[in-house]
Amino acid sequence: MLPFIVIALLSAVLQFFLPWWSIAAVAFGVCFWRSQTGWRAFGNGFLGVAVIWFFYALVIHLQTDGILTARMAGLLLKTRSSIPLLLLAPLVGGLVGGFAGLAGQQVRTVLAANRSSTLKRV
Amino acid sequence: MKIAIAFLCCLISIGLTVSLNRQWGVVPAFGRLLSPFEGFWQNAETKDAASEQHISIKGTRDEVTVLFDDLHVPHIFARNDYDAYFAQGYVTAQDRLWQMEFQTHAAAGRLSEVIGERALELDRDKRRLGMAYGAEKSLAGMLADSATRLVLEAYTAGINAYIAQLKPARYPIEYKLLGYAPEPWTPLKCAFLLKQMTQTLAAGADDLLMTNVRQKLGAELTANLFPDYPFKEDPIIPVGTRWDFKPVKIPSMPASTETDSSFALNWPRHDPAIGSNNWAVGPEKSATGYPILANDPHLTLSLPSIWYQIQLVTPTLNVYGVSLPGAPGVVIGFNKEVAWGVTNVGADVLDFYRIRFRDNRQQEYWHDDKWKPVRRRIERIKVKGQPDVVDTVLYTHHGPVAYLPDEKPFLANIPTGYAVRWIAHEVDNGLKTFYLLNRAKTYDDYVTALSFYAAPAQNFVFANAAKDIAISPNGRFPLKWRAQGKFLLDGTKAANDWQGWIPAGHNPRVKNPPRGFVSSANQFSTDPTYPYYINWEFETPDRGMRINQRLAAMQRVTVDSMRRLQNDVYNHQASTFLPVLLPRIRENDLSENQKRALQTVRQWNYQQDTATVAGTIFMEWMGHLERAIWGDDLPESPGRPMRFPNASRTLQLLSEEPDSRWFDDVRTANRHETIQDAVTVSFQHTVDSLAKQHGPLGKTWAWADHKKTGVRHLIPGLDAFSALNVQVGGGSGIVNAAGRRAGPSWRMVVQTGPQVRAYGVLPGGQSGNPGSPYYLNMLETWRKGELYELLYLQSVPQKHPRIQSTLTLTR
Repeated sequence: MLPFIVIALLSAVLQFFLPWWSIAAVAFGVCFWRSQTGWRAFGNGFLGVAVIWFFYALVIHLQTDGILTARMAGLLLKTRSSIPLLLLAPLVGGLVGGFAGLAGQQVRTVLAANRSSTLKRV
Repeated sequence: MKIAIAFLCCLISIGLTVSLNRQWGVVPAFGRLLSPFEGFWQNAETKDAASEQHISIKGTRDEVTVLFDDLHVPHIFARNDYDAYFAQGYVTAQDRLWQMEFQTHAAAGRLSEVIGERALELDRDKRRLGMAYGAEKSLAGMLADSATRLVLEAYTAGINAYIAQLKPARYPIEYKLLGYAPEPWTPLKCAFLLKQMTQTLAAGADDLLMTNVRQKLGAELTANLFPDYPFKEDPIIPVGTRWDFKPVKIPSMPASTETDSSFALNWPRHDPAIGSNNWAVGPEKSATGYPILANDPHLTLSLPSIWYQIQLVTPTLNVYGVSLPGAPGVVIGFNKEVAWGVTNVGADVLDFYRIRFRDNRQQEYWHDDKWKPVRRRIERIKVKGQPDVVDTVLYTHHGPVAYLPDEKPFLANIPTGYAVRWIAHEVDNGLKTFYLLNRAKTYDDYVTALSFYAAPAQNFVFANAAKDIAISPNGRFPLKWRAQGKFLLDGTKAANDWQGWIPAGHNPRVKNPPRGFVSSANQFSTDPTYPYYINWEFETPDRGMRINQRLAAMQRVTVDSMRRLQNDVYNHQASTFLPVLLPRIRENDLSENQKRALQTVRQWNYQQDTATVAGTIFMEWMGHLERAIWGDDLPESPGRPMRFPNASRTLQLLSEEPDSRWFDDVRTANRHETIQDAVTVSFQHTVDSLAKQHGPLGKTWAWADHKKTGVRHLIPGLDAFSALNVQVGGGSGIVNAAGRRAGPSWRMVVQTGPQVRAYGVLPGGQSGNPGSPYYLNMLETWRKGELYELLYLQSVPQKHPRIQSTLTLTR
């Protein structure tokens, strides 16, 4: 639960100043710092980003009566409904966060294994 | 193993992130585009809330207050001219930045920079036409005058002040989709925008087509089928108006002007829906006793809207009207004392001269019995993702050599190996005209303002609270012999050159004519008594005749009756053709479906409204009929593009020469076709092809559904940002000129008087942002033919029910 909250809050704040791909760095770093399994790392990275992207997009969508969401849905997805686009955005962000989280966790395991094997030899 | 997995995970993560962060051809950077923090979501806007925004900005000289009304029209209150134009630049950029830049990129031949190789031919065409060469000359003209120089510099500084504070997250959506960023604005871009207007309205030329026709038919038949004045016309300057000047000497026509030419060209047809209406009724016809002025310029119906409404107020200026995003000031509008509007003249101000080079090095050309040097201009075209393309354009004293013999030209109206002599290559200062009109108080001010204008020539209509009305087909017109430049010209003879200019004071003009109104609808400027030559062909007289018939009949005119006339859908052309055509149809030859279609047409009241089926049949029939009469005699072949005589000449043939040889189809050796054959067969084809398209005769043939008026975004194929199948009547040749792709791009009616009142509507909205509630909010009002009252403020009001938000610019 903690990595998810940290990823969500940290990425939300950073994205106001840094490019969108800072979400990958955040997910990688947090999962490198703290995560148990690969699955959980992916899940934390995915949800941490996706939840923020979904709610921020939803707020903008509702505030602006969805004028642009509808036009972009027509342009990108050839549909009149805004819902697929409201789901697609967090999915894309989530995948970026998820894979970055997984990568962070995997790198950590490699380094941890190296450290323990070094210890054993000593 | 673990290392390999970790490595793979990193690779996937980095690969995914990087590929979502870059543009792939036409596919945008999806990660960035979909991010709610910097993607398209950031372009979504709400209605102007009751808010006060203070922005501190370098560049203004004093405090400027901008009030936005309920239609998002900015009302700019400044203490000096500089600040007013600075603020105009700032707010125009805020609403229209992408459009202003895209249009000037297009004019400058720089689209390849943005969309890549696909635009290369388009760009090259602009360079060869000398758009940059012309823009540089115009800029010189505008900077030479201290008033227009200040206006240009202030407007540019305002746009750049907006761009400077713009974060990438707030770039207009089109930048995000196409993957580029705005660049600083320059005064040259304003010149490019005005050149683009000149190209749209004054670069059409049938010289090559006419030359091919003359080669095919000979001079005499060509003169008969393509006369220099139509058999029925109602010119802009009323017949009988006296010319109050002594004409200068007109050059005489040289003995031989012939050239021969034949090129493999592809013809993009001129859209006759590009035109305009304007008129003014005098005090005796007006219900209030003060003149009323109306204007609706017809251009390609596009989004973001072509025009941007604005009010500019300083201690010495208070003008309201529409501006072109990218050009300072108001182009069509009104102030406390006067109102004015424009329609296109359609003067022949572009001619082609065949160039004879000394040799293949193309360094000298023959003119006036001398070898003269060719100047070279290097054009560097940047192409996205590819090396630059360098093009050398050859310049003669006529102008740029648009194309050389061994190259494939892009536009059909530019012949290979010919130099282009074009009004847009002259030093001019059209901005000065609008600068002065914005401040005009009297009829004399209007005349002075017009004297500075060059191109594209416009019919300037005028009305004021002092109860004057006037109209003038106005621009800088070359002094030519009659019909000079109707055909391609031999560029070696000095006698074929343009021989100076018609003096500005001799441009046609009429003030307070006895009939009590003035009007224009792109028809002939004058009758043949005018001593100078402007062009041999203008738009069909149908809109002009209908407007004049209505205005002549109307009394106690009000704003509302003018609004109704702007939305008039009476098909004048049908009312002249059908009485001639219908008696010629051989009914016995018709199928059941064709007979029912004929019955529908017979019962028609000539109203080209949304539901009419007869109107659909008539409009389609005209094309089939012209092909039936002229298609065999003037066949298009790939190497030799032709054109048909105009509708006026066709009508004359049908009504006065029923036994003419032109009705015979020369492709059938053993048969002699008559007028009945041409009329009947073309009618059958019309009905059959409509049945194929829409099924059996019925509601599916309704005009609006058939016509499919579309207001489209400037990027082709961006349907999601466009309004398609707009249910609106009218069309080409009709007063309400809403055609398939072009139509009234602004409608305005101004009631002059002690308290001026004005009304207007755009087929779109004030904002260029598809994510704004002001992008298309006026379309429905436009479609219904209604107008909004325009909010003309005298001073910053304490509180006004229509004012939504306030923007203050301070130093």
